[in-house]
Amino acid sequence: MKKIKLTNIKPARVLLHIVLAAFAVVQIYPLIFLVFFSLKDNNEIYSGNVMGIPDQFQWGNYENALFNANVGHYLLNSIFVTAVVIIISDILACMVSYAIARMRVKANRFVKLFFSIGLMIPLHAVLLPVFIMLRNLKMLDTYQAIIVPYIAFALPMAIFFMIGFFQALPLELEESAFLDGCGIFRTFAVIIVPLVKPALATISIFTFLSTWNEMMFAITFINSEKYRTLTVGIMQMVGQYTTDWGTMGAGLVVATLPTVIIYLLFSKQVQSGMVAGAVKG
Amino acid sequence: MQKMLGNKKAYWIFVIPALVIYLVMAFIPIAMSGYYSTMQWDGIGEKIFIGIDNYLELVKDEAFLLSARNSLILAVASIVGQLIPALFFALVLARNIKGERAYRTIYFIPVLLSTVVIGQLFLKIYNPDYGALNAVLTKLGLEGKDWLGDKRYVLASSFFPIVWQYIGYHMLILYTGIKSVPSDIYEAAQIDGANERQIAWHVTIPLIKSTMKVSLTFAVIGSLKLFDLIWVLTKGGPLHASEVPSTLMYTSIFTRMEYGRGSAMAIFIVLECLLFYFLIEKFFKVENTTY
Repeated sequence: MKKIKLTNIKPARVLLHIVLAAFAVVQIYPLIFLVFFSLKDNNEIYSGNVMGIPDQFQWGNYENALFNANVGHYLLNSIFVTAVVIIISDILACMVSYAIARMRVKANRFVKLFFSIGLMIPLHAVLLPVFIMLRNLKMLDTYQAIIVPYIAFALPMAIFFMIGFFQALPLELEESAFLDGCGIFRTFAVIIVPLVKPALATISIFTFLSTWNEMMFAITFINSEKYRTLTVGIMQMVGQYTTDWGTMGAGLVVATLPTVIIYLLFSKQVQSGMVAGAVKG
Repeated sequence: MQKMLGNKKAYWIFVIPALVIYLVMAFIPIAMSGYYSTMQWDGIGEKIFIGIDNYLELVKDEAFLLSARNSLILAVASIVGQLIPALFFALVLARNIKGERAYRTIYFIPVLLSTVVIGQLFLKIYNPDYGALNAVLTKLGLEGKDWLGDKRYVLASSFFPIVWQYIGYHMLILYTGIKSVPSDIYEAAQIDGANERQIAWHVTIPLIKSTMKVSLTFAVIGSLKLFDLIWVLTKGGPLHASEVPSTLMYTSIFTRMEYGRGSAMAIFIVLECLLFYFLIEKFFKVENTTY
């Protein structure tokens, strides 16, 4: 119905497409600029070609970033930390949201309220106390120093997203399972969880993005080379490689690539996951 | 059935692991922040109880007032700079325009990038000697500027990437809201002879008020909490010109070792976010639209 209207006003339509395309350039150009300068050497940048296509592709920048500047190592750390956070927070969120959505226990209202208050807590408010806690436990500068807080802060969103999915499942599922003599844990693990896989995919993507990109906890709780994730590693790289644009750029591309690949593969799930996060929060 | 789903032991087995992690990592720390904020403490020596003095000092602290002012400016800039273009693009894309999917995919890309990456990227764009921005200006015959080093420009320069990054996010939120309006409502308006602009203004926008409120809340609260990008770009400098409350909190705690004062700032940020959350709830009361 709308199409008929639009074909009548051609010039307006052309103008609209120009605006849309121009905004697309504004959104994507910084990323292209990044890829370009990651492939240049300093001579080229300092002699004036900052913005354009590189004269000669300096793939050596990537080698330098991955091995000399250790970005390869940071990448592995980021993958490890993110994977652990996703797996554990998915499992925990699944358990809690199933219990909240399905089980009838008096304390349920308080449990739900407890996690919904959690949606409002910003990381800032807990930064110093968690730092002191980790220091007292001699846990600063370890993987668990960021993994545990990340899991905690992934939970409220994941739980509220999952509750809706569990509520939508027909009760007959459990009924027949119980009649067959299946206990609640087996019913949950074998029958229920496989049915909410799509929801799990969505919250995993959401958790992936927030964990992969998190900075405040990472730069505060992690210091040594061994445990640095990409965000910390790149912040530390800055001092040493400020003037080496190419290597820095290559490091930034490496840090961004996994996110972009996941986005291109699952753009629909990523978009719906991020919107769900907003609307619930 | 009842017995199974009312099984208390099973319930707590499901709930307790998450509950404990969340209690230890979020609820107890918040209480601790509140407690520290009443102390004078450098993190090593004795804590001295000073009541609300930390808060009273904040009100007199020029750097802090400046940071609070900056975050409010950012909130306004985000509302104007994010929500208006986002609404425009959402309305346009929701009309099934050609290439809609591609545009939507591209517009959303900046949202996914890590702030560290965006910050580093804009450091290169703003670089006074070799940066892309000054290169363009020089080509146009204009004078380049020290975008992040000059007090006059630093606020605009550091807020631009923040506003830019999240336009796509708000666009998608609003787009989803628009798409959930059933199409027969539009058809009815069209039969009544309304044109595209009238439909957008009189039909779509009133129907997506609750989605717009979500966007508004996000834009405002996100601005008040902002830390990452400013930290990467300027760390609040030069001379506090681009300071926001969370960067000041961070330097108070970890550079100046003012644990009590920093905690007071943390509590301030939480309360400020809550305050604005409730203000928006109160002044933009919209019933959830059902169709």
